[in-house]
Amino acid sequence: MADAAIEFKNVTKRFGSVVANDHVSMTVNKGEILSLLGENGSGKTSLMNMLSGIYFPDEGEIFINGEPVTIRDPKDAYALKIGMVHQHFKLVDVFTAAENLIVGIDPGKKLDRKEIAGEIKDICDKYGFVIDTGKKVYDMSVSEKQTLEIVKMLYRGADILILDEPTAVLTPQESEHLFSVIKNMKKDGKTVIIITHKLHEVLSVSDRVAILRKGRYIETIKTSEADEEKLTELMVGRHVELNIERPEVENKELRLSVKNLNCVNSEGQQVLFDINFDLYGGEILGIAGISGNGQKELLEAIVGLQKTQSGASVVYYDPESDKKDDDGKSAGMEMIGLSPRMIREKGIHLSFVPEDRLGMGLVGSMGMTENMMIRDYSTASKSLLFTDKKKPRELAEEIKESLCVVTPDISTPVSRLSGGNVQKVLVGREIAAAPAVLMTAYAVRGLDINTSYTIYDLLNEQKKKGVAIIYVGEDLDVILALCDRILVLCDGHVNGILNGAEARKEEVGLLMTELKEKRREEIAE
Amino acid sequence: MEANLNHVHDPWVRIAKRDELSFLTKLGIRIAILAVGVIVCAVIIYIITGLNPFVVYLTVVKGAFGTVRRVWATVREMMMLACIAIGLAPAFKMKFWNIGAEGQLLIGGIVSAGCMIYLPFLPGPVLLLLMFVLSAAAGALWGLVPAVFKAKWNTNETLFTLMMNYIAIQLTAFFVSKWENPKGSNTVGIINPNTRAGWFPEIAGQQFMLNVIIVLVLALLMNIYLKYTKHGYEIAVVGESWNTARYAGINVGKILVRTMLLSGAVCGIAGFLAVSGASHTISTSTAGGRGFTAIIVAWLAKFDSLTMLFISLMLAFFDSGANEIASKCGLNDYASDMIIGIILFFILAGDFFVNYRLVFRKKASSVIKDGNSGVSGKEAA
Amino acid sequence: MMQNFVTLIRAAVFFGTVIMFGCVGETVTEKAGNLNLGVPGIMYLGGIASLSSVFIYEGSTDNPNKVVCVILALVSAFVASSLGGLIYAFLTITLRANQNVTGLTLTIFGSGVANFFGGSLNTLAGRFEQIAVPVTSAAFRTTLPFSGSLGIVGELFFSYGFMVYLAIVIAVLTHLFMNHTRRGLNLRTVGENPAAADAAGINVNLNKYLAICIGAGICGFGGVYYVMDYIKGTWANDGSIETLGWLAVALVIFTTWKSKHAIWGAYLFGILYWLYLYIPGLTRSSQEIFKMLPYVVTVVVLIVTSLRNSRDKQPPAALGLPYFREER
Repeated sequence: MADAAIEFKNVTKRFGSVVANDHVSMTVNKGEILSLLGENGSGKTSLMNMLSGIYFPDEGEIFINGEPVTIRDPKDAYALKIGMVHQHFKLVDVFTAAENLIVGIDPGKKLDRKEIAGEIKDICDKYGFVIDTGKKVYDMSVSEKQTLEIVKMLYRGADILILDEPTAVLTPQESEHLFSVIKNMKKDGKTVIIITHKLHEVLSVSDRVAILRKGRYIETIKTSEADEEKLTELMVGRHVELNIERPEVENKELRLSVKNLNCVNSEGQQVLFDINFDLYGGEILGIAGISGNGQKELLEAIVGLQKTQSGASVVYYDPESDKKDDDGKSAGMEMIGLSPRMIREKGIHLSFVPEDRLGMGLVGSMGMTENMMIRDYSTASKSLLFTDKKKPRELAEEIKESLCVVTPDISTPVSRLSGGNVQKVLVGREIAAAPAVLMTAYAVRGLDINTSYTIYDLLNEQKKKGVAIIYVGEDLDVILALCDRILVLCDGHVNGILNGAEARKEEVGLLMTELKEKRREEIAE
Repeated sequence: MEANLNHVHDPWVRIAKRDELSFLTKLGIRIAILAVGVIVCAVIIYIITGLNPFVVYLTVVKGAFGTVRRVWATVREMMMLACIAIGLAPAFKMKFWNIGAEGQLLIGGIVSAGCMIYLPFLPGPVLLLLMFVLSAAAGALWGLVPAVFKAKWNTNETLFTLMMNYIAIQLTAFFVSKWENPKGSNTVGIINPNTRAGWFPEIAGQQFMLNVIIVLVLALLMNIYLKYTKHGYEIAVVGESWNTARYAGINVGKILVRTMLLSGAVCGIAGFLAVSGASHTISTSTAGGRGFTAIIVAWLAKFDSLTMLFISLMLAFFDSGANEIASKCGLNDYASDMIIGIILFFILAGDFFVNYRLVFRKKASSVIKDGNSGVSGKEAA
Repeated sequence: MMQNFVTLIRAAVFFGTVIMFGCVGETVTEKAGNLNLGVPGIMYLGGIASLSSVFIYEGSTDNPNKVVCVILALVSAFVASSLGGLIYAFLTITLRANQNVTGLTLTIFGSGVANFFGGSLNTLAGRFEQIAVPVTSAAFRTTLPFSGSLGIVGELFFSYGFMVYLAIVIAVLTHLFMNHTRRGLNLRTVGENPAAADAAGINVNLNKYLAICIGAGICGFGGVYYVMDYIKGTWANDGSIETLGWLAVALVIFTTWKSKHAIWGAYLFGILYWLYLYIPGLTRSSQEIFKMLPYVVTVVVLIVTSLRNSRDKQPPAALGLPYFREER
């Protein structure tokens, strides 16, 4: 095949016992724009990392322009004119754009900033980029940084360009501009691979779509013959029999009322816009959305770890409270402005399983027992000075027993446990606190099927007890099967709240990627 | 040809994290490494001096433990080192790089000496108690300054505390010339040589018994504090991750400040020991680099007081022993620093072999699986 | 008055040259992301290596050649210091030991080795006179021939041994290397963002090893200058090198990791250090308070940089952090 830019032959990559890529054989043609489509964890990035020299395949062969090649490190990749823009940019903040561009190239050559700036300008003019070569990276917006990364690869003479989730951090307008630039590069004969899971992008920019599912290569189809439904089906596969129960619970009571929640992150960008929703006891509210669309901030704002803009309100209604107002509802407690400790001390029964298990939820170097103490080490012990390890030890034993946590001992540092067991420890602790509201972020990320099911069962058990549950997830099948209602976050907006039993996957998927208001605005224009 | 290369996968050796080893295995590895270090030192001694290294080591043992007096000198030195290391332990456990023990000790020493000079008329126990409290307070203050800036503006504490050492040294120099005795000697001389006011009393006929008691009590208390109290728990969480600490509702800044107060206070007490319990004078070399050596002691002991005592003993042993070599073999006593340096290098290297193992390339397609991952599938069913 | 001023400046230059070498060497090291607290130890190693090699050479011949003396002193110091750096690099990079603890150990080791040999060199060499290397020291202290004829200007600018100018040259070269060569840019990338360096095809560990060893070698020159010029080819077990070494580390902060600032910063530290001698009416005790100045100034600089949060005046972003490419 003379026109194949890249050919994978039976490429396999394993991480421990996890198979990231399972005998993948596929071809990328010269001068085409190929979308590499797949769900999270389908092995898109690891496959491409083998092209860019970050990973080395365990088995199989890679051919570039028909020649078998060995790519041991990024240097080899550059020599083969392959350049990859990673999802996490590899830039030095205190360097200028120009300095970042030439890092690692021709170390013996003279450093002539003027000449380099000229070369950069040529590239920018050719493809329609705008770069201020003297600007420091720390002064750049995310899209400027991305442009810089792309130009960096072109400057290194890349003929094959890989972009990992390039639009994940861009506004729709910025994405449009990026696509026009990509088309310019195609005209120039470059081969472009876009890793993505956004269907409309696939359809609007690429020539062909290659689909990966659970580490396996499925097939490559022409974009002209594809539509969103077909792609979704290929990406997700046949409907998996997910026997997740969705027990019906009577007498749902209001537990949490979130109003006018606006939030700005540390870099000054607004990440949550006017979030409003209610949460009831005995329901699981699923939060769907592409990762990084405000899920983390929403949960952290509720538990008091994230500052909110004024006007926000999160009211908690305690199930045990005797105080009832006229409607027979229990009187609410405002949580905005309270620190995590104050929330606990006020008797608000809130449990939170954060996304970053070992960086926030647990202390990796401590054993199960000491990790049980994180929530209430200061109040659980009667002594003023000393901690009480008896009860945490009992709790640790109990969780180890009931959730079948595999650990040599409850004093073994939890960082040494496998991901699934770490999660069981964390979820077990948060559930043991007898919460009225339980919030989980990506509770089954990286877990095997069995452990995932254990977690679903635990959540359902809590639901039957009348606990109000927020489930932030990334697998739509699970959200659709598990949750009573589904709140879809898109760009920090609530883009719709659907009934879990009736919602269709395509509908949720569309809400995840296309902001309703924006669409309306565009139509209005 | 290129295709063949494709089957050469891993480098010939790579580093992999070990599974947790048993206590005895770890101890075994460490002792083995230490033994290698001692042997290397022996070889070096032989090369440099041509002396029989066994004779040299025997001299070291004799120098450190040869007579009752020497045993006590070694023990005194050990207690000094251990006391500082105990002070540093909470800060290091919090991953706060307190390099400033040297200064905190000196400040404590200045205050102790000041009390001895200005308040010799106080009844003995009252004076000692006052010195104890004030030197702790002074050390705490010295530790507080960098902590406040760390908590407020995340100012680099390593370099801040380092500079605080030198400010303390100059402050000491200032007081030395102020308290100069006799005039023109530029030393303070032994304070209260006749009345012995502010000197540690002999206990059971031993001059340094009180040092031992104070340090052992501090060691015990610090172990309890770090392992069993709420404060100790908070320190451990903050040391692991500021994010987790916030999640747990811990005020990180408050813990930083409180812990450095404690750390500085204990180092200040070390200054009290140095002045009141050992030299009965003050000079810019009262700390004598122990503040730095103790950092290594605390780090190597992983903040465990008992281990700190042990490592301090080892270092004090080499220190005292080397003095003996110096006089016996006509060398100078800095040999001890050299030997201690080499042995510490080996102990540091030993940590690597406790935590990591080297995986050599095997035949193709053999995959190293980690112990836990295979299990997780079965258990949840 | 004028003479006082000239004496102060000259004292500051002598003092500043020692720490300028240390500061520039440590800057090179820190730019690669390694905080080496072994600077005092390395300076000790450099000082003693030059002294012992020259001591042996001068003792072995009746007519020591000055050029050989100087080259021998510099080469032996560079080699010994680099070896010290190599120990540190091997422990922190390959064996992943903590940087701070390893550096402090290196300081203990270096001061031990140096003071041991400094104190027993004559015994070991079988000679019982005072350790002195007059020929070499004289060579190091040879001033420019015309310095005497230029009056105050000559005294201020040209009345020093060649190492004073060598320090400036190295500082300038380091500045040019860091900012105007691609290899320098690569090195800084390693210290700022090793993952980015790795992805750009830069060998992170090789860069770190080289930076640490060469940086240590430069620090070692500080020791040579101290021994050969500052204390005129003798040895003193008074711990001065240690103080100077820590001041060099402080100077790195003061210069905000830019070696060009070390040129005036080092002399400024020298002025601050000796200023007390020239302020009238100070008692001996208040002089000691004045000697705090360089340290207090460093602390203030440290606080101001953390306060101002200016992105260009920060330490290398990955300073002190280990880097391991993720387990494949």
